[in-house]
Amino acid sequence: MAMTGVLRPGFCQLRVLDMEKSMVHYRDRIGLDEVSQEKDGRVYLKARDEFDRHSIILRSADEPGMDCMGFKVLDDESLTQLEKDLTAFGVDVEHIEAGEQPGIGRRIRFQAPMGHIFDFYAEMEKSDKGPMVQDPHVWDEQPRGMRPIRFDHCLLYGDELDETAEIFQKVLGFQVSEVIRVEGDVINAYFLTCSTKAHDIALIRFPEKGKFHHCSFLLEDWNAIGNAADIMTRYDISVDIGPTRHGITRGKTIYFFDPSGNRNEVFSGGYNFYPDNPRREWCEEEVGRAIFYYEKQLNDRFMGVVT
Amino acid sequence: MCRASKSVLAELERQHCQTVSIGCRGGGCGVCRVEVLMGKYAVGTMSRAQVSLEEERCGIVLACQLYPESDLKLRVLNRKN
Ligand code: FES
Ligand SMILES: [Fe+2]
Repeated sequence: MAMTGVLRPGFCQLRVLDMEKSMVHYRDRIGLDEVSQEKDGRVYLKARDEFDRHSIILRSADEPGMDCMGFKVLDDESLTQLEKDLTAFGVDVEHIEAGEQPGIGRRIRFQAPMGHIFDFYAEMEKSDKGPMVQDPHVWDEQPRGMRPIRFDHCLLYGDELDETAEIFQKVLGFQVSEVIRVEGDVINAYFLTCSTKAHDIALIRFPEKGKFHHCSFLLEDWNAIGNAADIMTRYDISVDIGPTRHGITRGKTIYFFDPSGNRNEVFSGGYNFYPDNPRREWCEEEVGRAIFYYEKQLNDRFMGVVT
Repeated sequence: MCRASKSVLAELERQHCQTVSIGCRGGGCGVCRVEVLMGKYAVGTMSRAQVSLEEERCGIVLACQLYPESDLKLRVLNRKN
């Protein structure tokens, strides 16, 4: 088996200011399925093509942002190894008991130098609404809303960027697919992959720790992005930019906001990455085209609007 | 004067007025922070990381969550770090 250790982004727990409005947004507009609502108030959702129980968790709070991002690892052995490797690298590790979220096994947690909290787990219950496996149809229940396929990746902002990217590369087994190099040794953006996706997480330099830029949902193609754009206008969803394309990863995209100001992305395409691929680099002068390929310039919101 | 069903930020955006930065429009990011110097208004939900209760009492609000009930006089502030 070629893919070992960390497999993919598995979940993202977001803070929201108004649960009712958030449910309309994530369930009815984006089109995630509601899995459960637990006693502590957290709501669990999933996209239709995910096998695991849940991927997006919403928690009511008085400020928005991301509580933590979880990555699924291959098996319990890998999880044990991951803990050893993190500890050996000098990273403090915390244990989260199985069941802290319903249906999930034990988790290993650390806080990155950038301020974000990352969890790793090997076990999650399978959903009874996962993709069909026996003589499967393309979908079982007809996709709703923006027709999201899966939770795909996050872009996170914070300081101590290099230190964090180093942990992802040296300990967690990620590779850097693309960077934005501002000058000499200074890299302001890392796009990291643990799979054959162009990125599974992206990290950008920012003066404050632990900031959330966006979580992204994979859509099927340009037509699906168009459908999502129609929904955004029809329901007056706050749009940041798009439909457009990223130079980095080549993904087609729309950035938009949930009712609490957390940025979401719908995204489609992007190249396949293999471990022997050379790293792609962007210089500061071309950063506009790197981020928004058609506009060829950043908007003010890209660098300044985070939760 | 703005129609009260629209937030101050939404009205400024409609008028292509760039005095206040337009961010998430959801009371989360804080780039539209302003101080109300004069006038009557209501507010929607705002991130407490951007506007504390104390600040809210002193008239500091997020323009995207600010619904005017009279003419308002505003001072533009920055996002809080
Ligand atoms: S625009 Fe983000 S808080 Fe108002
Ligand atoms: Fe993205």
